[in-house]
Amino acid sequence: MDQSTTKKLLMLLEENCRLSSHQLGLLLDCSEEEIEAEIKRLQAEKIIVKYPALINWERVQDNPLVTAMIDVKVTPVRDIGFEKVAERIARFPEVKAVYLMSGAGYDISVLLEGKTMHEIANFVTKKLAPLDNVVSTATHFILKRYKHDGTILEDYEDDRRMVVTP
Amino acid sequence: MSSIVQKSRLSATVEELKPSGIRRFFDLAASMEGVISLGVGEPDFVTPWRIREASISSLERGYTAYTSNAGLLELRKEISYYTEDLIQVQYNPQTEILVTVGASEAIDIALRAIIDPGDEVLIVEPCYVSYEPIIRLAGGVPVFLQTSARHQFKLTPEELESKITDRTRAIIFCYPNNPTGSIMTLEEWKTLVPIIEKHDLLVLSDEIYAELTFGQKHESIVTLPGMKDRTILMSGFSKSFAMTGWRLGYVCAPEDLLVGMLKIHQYTILCAPVMAQMAALEALRGNRSDVEKMVESYSQRRNYVVKALSDMGLTCHTPAGAFYAFPSVKATGLTAADFAEQLLMEEKVAVVPGDVFGTSGEGHIRCSYATSLEQLKKALECMDRFVSKRLS
Ligand SMILES: Cc1ncc(COP(=O)(O)O)c(C=O)c1O
Repeated sequence: MDQSTTKKLLMLLEENCRLSSHQLGLLLDCSEEEIEAEIKRLQAEKIIVKYPALINWERVQDNPLVTAMIDVKVTPVRDIGFEKVAERIARFPEVKAVYLMSGAGYDISVLLEGKTMHEIANFVTKKLAPLDNVVSTATHFILKRYKHDGTILEDYEDDRRMVVTP
Repeated sequence: MSSIVQKSRLSATVEELKPSGIRRFFDLAASMEGVISLGVGEPDFVTPWRIREASISSLERGYTAYTSNAGLLELRKEISYYTEDLIQVQYNPQTEILVTVGASEAIDIALRAIIDPGDEVLIVEPCYVSYEPIIRLAGGVPVFLQTSARHQFKLTPEELESKITDRTRAIIFCYPNNPTGSIMTLEEWKTLVPIIEKHDLLVLSDEIYAELTFGQKHESIVTLPGMKDRTILMSGFSKSFAMTGWRLGYVCAPEDLLVGMLKIHQYTILCAPVMAQMAALEALRGNRSDVEKMVESYSQRRNYVVKALSDMGLTCHTPAGAFYAFPSVKATGLTAADFAEQLLMEEKVAVVPGDVFGTSGEGHIRCSYATSLEQLKKALECMDRFVSKRLS
């Protein structure tokens, strides 16, 4: 499969990973077998990492989750810089994302999910702050999500066209 | 009340004008619930946000007054760059470009500006439904040029030559074509030029789908030597930028013709709506990667639909542009109108019978694939079931 078709395939899957190989083949004008072989390769090379669903948890009743963004200031370690601390933080399952930041007053940004604010506070004081080389933390709670991973969660742009037009 | 049958209060011309065949079909489909429609002749995308935002912001800043008759000069300049980009032809924004209320107005003023009563205008069909009535309203006589699936609905020089008379004044066509999705290559345009020149015809080229071509670039007849001087190029923002409801188009033409069109425009329209002009300015100035994405998405859905139609046993040429597939339904033994009507009643899928776009369209249906993949899939499954009952 050529590079540009591969890229189109990835974009289609990123939008909807439940499209069948048959459908993908029709859209991209190649055979089902070609699609399957290419997806296998992309998975083996860890280009396709996972097939998650984008869920609007705010619409799920009794949704218990609280999300916080935590700015973490770190003293870099000779030779390995921020890698070691970042890796340590990333391994906690309640941590959803870890990024090295530029230009901010801190170094590492951590996205954390917990059942209550208390749980998050606990994690920060008991796990994150005491880590070697962590200098300080600042915790920001997320109040509402408007857009997540490129998708507006409450989107009202329905099809408003008439059924038949010239 | 008097029981005497009153003479119509409408003019004879309007009285005799046929209502569009699409209208009848619309009324039928609109009266039903749960219809999946492949009958929509407009993009399924909402206008890109950057364009909507620019228009909102212009309103906030108080842009609510008339603009010059020809449209904002800034916008005409952008249209000039854009046209050069698309077809490598330069138009002077001061004297050769006019901003209109949709390509619809462009078509109207172009035809009215050139037709004297009794003049014949050639229409390449199947085609968009407005050409014929506008020619009649202008006092002209429409003369139809046939195309066929055998030649992928392209106009041939033989057909062109055969319909020209002493009264022939102009020819109007649209490529990439609604309803067939066909395009013309530069080589194919070249075969028509000698005939157009020999009979001194004006050319009205509707290029509203210019940006929607797949795997091949759009070629305009205007680029050929001598043609710019006899061509009126009509286009708009509806299809390329998903802006149908904004009602914004434009026309590019030699100065003497543009002056005529401007006269009609200034008395009937005054100017195109300013908020739509501000939106169009952003459409052309901003990053057009959104247009590229839409084109890619149409292209993928085209592959999907054409394959599905062929698999169910309908022959369908691969359309190179616009967002329509135009398969033949002759194998089912049904006329286009019967096919469309029965499909709607039995399977609640709306397509448009090809004959509403002219007699060349008989035996074909127009399936618009500007609709979500999910809807397309459902519609095609229903069509498959419908067709298989009728193929023996
Ligand atoms: C071939 C063709 N020309 C012109 C138009 C009218 O476009 P506008 O929205 O710019 O008036 C359409 C719309 O369907 C069309 O298909």
